[in-house]
Amino acid sequence: MLRRLRASLSMLLENIHMSVTNIAQNRLRSALTVLGIMIGVTAVIALITTVTAVSTSITSSFASMGAGTLTLSVTGSDLKTGLAPEDLEMLTNMECIEGVTPSVTLRSRVSRGSDYESNITIAGRNPYWFSVNEDIVTRGRQLNVLDMNGIHYCCLIDQDMQESFFYGEDPLEKTLYVSGLPFTVVGIFDTSGDTSVAAMLSGSPDILIPYTTALRLNNTTDVTSLTLYLAEGWDSGTATPVLESALDELFSYEEDCYEINNMDSLESTMESMTSMMAALLGGIASIALLVGGIGIMNMMLTSVTERTVEIGLKKALGAKPRQIQAQFLIESFILSLSGGVIGTIIGLGVSFGLCRAMGAAFTVSHGAIILGVGFSALVGIVFGWAPARKASKLNPIDALRRM
Amino acid sequence: MEARPNFFAMTDLRKSYPLGDERLEVLHGISLTLEKGEYLSVLGPSGSGKSTLINIIGCLDTATSGDYILNGQRIEDMDEDDLAWIRNREIGFIFQNSQLLPRLDAQKNVELPLIYAGVPGRERARRAREMLERVGLSDRMEHYPSQLSGGQQQRVAIARALVTRPTLLLADEPTGALDQKTGRQVMELFQQLNEEGNTIIMITHDLNIAKHARRVVYIVDGEITEPEGGPEYA
Repeated sequence: MLRRLRASLSMLLENIHMSVTNIAQNRLRSALTVLGIMIGVTAVIALITTVTAVSTSITSSFASMGAGTLTLSVTGSDLKTGLAPEDLEMLTNMECIEGVTPSVTLRSRVSRGSDYESNITIAGRNPYWFSVNEDIVTRGRQLNVLDMNGIHYCCLIDQDMQESFFYGEDPLEKTLYVSGLPFTVVGIFDTSGDTSVAAMLSGSPDILIPYTTALRLNNTTDVTSLTLYLAEGWDSGTATPVLESALDELFSYEEDCYEINNMDSLESTMESMTSMMAALLGGIASIALLVGGIGIMNMMLTSVTERTVEIGLKKALGAKPRQIQAQFLIESFILSLSGGVIGTIIGLGVSFGLCRAMGAAFTVSHGAIILGVGFSALVGIVFGWAPARKASKLNPIDALRRM
Repeated sequence: MEARPNFFAMTDLRKSYPLGDERLEVLHGISLTLEKGEYLSVLGPSGSGKSTLINIIGCLDTATSGDYILNGQRIEDMDEDDLAWIRNREIGFIFQNSQLLPRLDAQKNVELPLIYAGVPGRERARRAREMLERVGLSDRMEHYPSQLSGGQQQRVAIARALVTRPTLLLADEPTGALDQKTGRQVMELFQQLNEEGNTIIMITHDLNIAKHARRVVYIVDGEITEPEGGPEYA
């Protein structure tokens, strides 16, 4: 047993030695073949590592932005189709809630005199939103409780709207028509300061109006989407059950009337999205690896044909078919694996550069290394198998007749 | 020399190849018996079935019908792996133009059959060097085939054939690629090896070479005939 093991080990070492000698003999051809695999592995590793790193930093910044908030989306029941302003009041007064910001948006035509723009995004806000986004108003005033309760037709506009409709003028206290209704401009806001998740996901609005006014423009009294800011000492885990019992009561215990989401679920959605993207890009890049594999197969087939006499001779000297097969398989394995190792190193280097350029934190994942090295080894075996088998099946008589 | 009936025995050996719808018979019932320590040459022109016979003797090919027993083993019953084993242990091949691997030095070339026999490295090197010394190449062990003369290459090939201590040395036109002088030296080496107890079968088309053997048979049109009275009357 031990003797046989020693014999196989010595056989393997001989095979590796012979393969290395052969590879060194055809230096240029081997280098080109290795290059094929190398490019494939570089592409796979660079893409996957970079996408993973970028998505990790995006996710973590999301998590920090969304800490301490919950989003509530209401589908409602037949009896109660959404949340009315007094329901928002009730939520705000709950112990676990610091404040709520309803999100009511509409798209409409905006005009002033003969100037008009259609498809402008208008968002309804409440005073609490302005207290969360303190620095957003650059001139004029915020929207206040009086505006909410009185359903005032007043608005804040961003810089772009100011340039479009009030070029060279002071817009404050001027009138702007939204959906044909006159709104008084009370302030200017700067969207670049808005870092809220909602703004990032839905794009920044151009005009802000009281949310009550927005509801009226939408012909409804129901708020269906809002962000809940949790009070000090509460987190999504502790606050969610409390909120659920309150909302269940509100919706008369009908099922599926609302959904509470925290950033964790958004994060996991993001993660699954980016991992899908990594898989997709990796899949595309692995086509290069496939082409590299075909290159190996091509070289090995050429090599088998060239070394027909050598194979025949070895068989005449007592080499078994599987010993011949092993020799060629080891050769393609070594070629492919060295391409894989070099490709992994270069791929990680490329990814490091890309991550620095994009400001994402670069991390080396073990998975990527295992993938790059393992996949290239696999390619060597899969694409080396057919040529190695061809060599092992060679008839020694036909092979020796060539001499 | 003890007589062993099953040392080398071919009985009514036939070999045919498919040729279109028919079969072309190359060997028509060869019967040949050999005892340990014999030195036989098979003399025949090209196209006589010589190569087919040597392939069958060398277990590179199997007969279509008939029996071939080598060292007590029926070759017909064997699969590919067994045949490889027989080629490795029982037969020492010597080819017309040595067939050394150009990338390996003399010693590594001689070691090659031992690798397939699973002999460990140190033992392999020792036996290879011993054989190279035996054929008079003790100062050429690290030389590559391209650095050796034709005669030296053939002697490396002989050392490679001897290194597994095979039952049978099988030489196919061993002097075919050599000039007369080196050819004669190789023949002298064969003579010595035979005197040391090695059994040799040599295939050739050259009567002068064939006469070096102690026994000569003719092969013509796939049939073997043996001249009465030994090689001198061939």
